[in-house]
Amino acid sequence: MSQITLDNVVKRFGSVVAVDHVSLTIAEGEFVALLGPSGCGKTTTLRLIAGLEIADEGRITIGDRDVTYLAPAARDVAMVFQDYALYPHMTILDNIGYPLKVRGVSTPERTARVTEVARELQIGDLLARRPSQLSGGQQQRASVARAVVHQAVAFLFDEPLSNLDAQLRLEARAFLKHLQNELGATSVYVTHDQAEAMALADRIVVMRLGKIMQVGAPLEVYRNPANTFVASFIGSPPMNLLSGKVLLGQGQFVLDDGETVIDMGQVYQRLERPPQDGQAITLGIRPEHITIHTEPRPFAIPGALYVVQPMGGETLVNVRVGSKLVTVRLFQDEPPALPEKVWLEPALEWSFVYGADGARLQ
Amino acid sequence: MNRYKLRTGISRALLLVFACVMGAFFALPLLWLLTAPFSTQANLSVTFPEQPSLANFEAVFANKFAIRALFQNNLIIGGGVMILVASIATLASYGLSRARVPGRNVLVYILILFSSVVSGTAAMVPLFLLIFNLGLIDTYQGVILVMTGGLLPSAIFIMRDFVDSIPRSYEEAALVAGASSYRMFRDVAFPLVRPGVMVVAIWAFVNAWGAFLIPSVLLRSPEHMPASIAFYSFYTEAGTPNITLVSAYAFLYTIPVLLLYLIVNWRFGFRFFGGIKS
Ligand SMILES: Nc1ncnc2c1ncn2[C@@H]1O[C@H](COP(=O)(O)OP(=O)(O)OP(=O)(O)O)[C@@H](O)[C@H]1O
Ligand SMILES: [Mg+2]
Repeated sequence: MSQITLDNVVKRFGSVVAVDHVSLTIAEGEFVALLGPSGCGKTTTLRLIAGLEIADEGRITIGDRDVTYLAPAARDVAMVFQDYALYPHMTILDNIGYPLKVRGVSTPERTARVTEVARELQIGDLLARRPSQLSGGQQQRASVARAVVHQAVAFLFDEPLSNLDAQLRLEARAFLKHLQNELGATSVYVTHDQAEAMALADRIVVMRLGKIMQVGAPLEVYRNPANTFVASFIGSPPMNLLSGKVLLGQGQFVLDDGETVIDMGQVYQRLERPPQDGQAITLGIRPEHITIHTEPRPFAIPGALYVVQPMGGETLVNVRVGSKLVTVRLFQDEPPALPEKVWLEPALEWSFVYGADGARLQ
Repeated sequence: MNRYKLRTGISRALLLVFACVMGAFFALPLLWLLTAPFSTQANLSVTFPEQPSLANFEAVFANKFAIRALFQNNLIIGGGVMILVASIATLASYGLSRARVPGRNVLVYILILFSSVVSGTAAMVPLFLLIFNLGLIDTYQGVILVMTGGLLPSAIFIMRDFVDSIPRSYEEAALVAGASSYRMFRDVAFPLVRPGVMVVAIWAFVNAWGAFLIPSVLLRSPEHMPASIAFYSFYTEAGTPNITLVSAYAFLYTIPVLLLYLIVNWRFGFRFFGGIKS
């Protein structure tokens, strides 16, 4: 097990900068999730660590070795591919045993170790089969088994659950977390599913357009999104982002429609970088930090009821405010009976204020 | 509804008739090849011999020149071309598919364009001079090299399509697992492209097996001639073919190709593996 560091790593494909000056340290035994929308450079970052791509700039070290220009085989990492990449012409036994075989482990020992790992991952009775004779979940386990069968210094996962159906994905997620707790291995896990990242990782790295937007523990990233991008990406349903203008004298916030006014109370004074009068800002409020009222109230924003979505344990209510749809999350299973016109009261102490550039003002 | 049924019924019937005519068109010569060698007075019509005999084969086997052409020269030339084309095409197509070579598509198309010239009649004189200056006239090597050169571009083209269709993550998984490039190619990439290699190998063998022009230009001595030329030993002085003997020889001529196909199909199979999750 080893620490992994990326120091100002850049990778370009023609004119596309897939990874843009990424610096990151992954501690020994830490489970880090790379999270971001499609095309943000997560896979490329992972492949750079694996040695399947070579960085154009910057350094990569694993343990105390500079591996920037080393071949994949010399890096001694293990990787689980998105499509599993189980060799179709080999049995599952040979598939899982392949990393041992290239290391010259003798056949009896190899068989013994593969059998042991396979039994732990509950695919022990499938060893004689070909990959095409396995279900998606079994293939996923086989590819994880191939990764853990030898003592690699780090594990790399590229969206290993994205090919599973929703039910199986939850199961496999729990299984991966359990495995991680047992192995305590340094792991880098690529996903575009924020729930997966939150559930699995010790730390989340949010990426966008090849750049790191924020690094932090899951709850830290959830509670303190550093910018509007992270705010809109983490959390399901995502944070409500309302853009508007500051009226400093009155301590008010005017939405872009020019009509809806929110009394901000003490919020402006609490900001580290207080906004100017008339400055454009974005106000972020999580759906669970809004209360719905059926009568006007001080500090409440008027809106028109749009839809009510019962989700089982909770209920989502969409309300039209100006031209925006605001989502409210109610922790009740019974959908409330609401009139056409409602008033939303944001818990301003939980609100986030972002500048025009998207960066947080607190 | 009924009219629709009637229409599809008629079009089906027409299709069936058409298929039968086409089938007969292609099957008749094959049928002839099965009956004529065993009859003593064969002609160009398909008639089942009343008293099948092997006399024709006795006569053919007595022709030492023709038998050496078939079972020695043809096998050497066909086998040589097959091995060279299959191995070079595999490596070249793999490289062209996997490496980021600028203009690699153009390269393959230009090669294909040239190959039709290279193995064609137009290039026979320069080819002859080239082989002459290399001192390879009247050698198997000369014929094998020229035919290999002619077949390679198309073989690379076919193979590259095949290699392109195989996801790279198999190979990447092997590399990350700790395999060297050579090891990865041997253990993972080659077994995956093997069905394609087999297709190209058989295709090259069949092409070399039936080749006439190149050996007739580059070979001189009778003991080097392939079977396609040895057919002329069953012609009379006046140039008319002895149909019974020609049919028997043609029968023997097809057997190795069929055998090769059956063996490859039995041993490796032309099947394609599935097995990547997409
Ligand atoms: N081999 C390549 N050649 C050219 N461009 C590439 C290559 N690989 C990636 N890119 C580009 O680099 C950028 C980052 O790609 P990457 O695969 O890392 O994204 P990702 O975050 O993994 O996305 P996804 O969630 O869709 O898998 C994209 O714009 C992509 O088009
Ligand atoms: Mg990806």
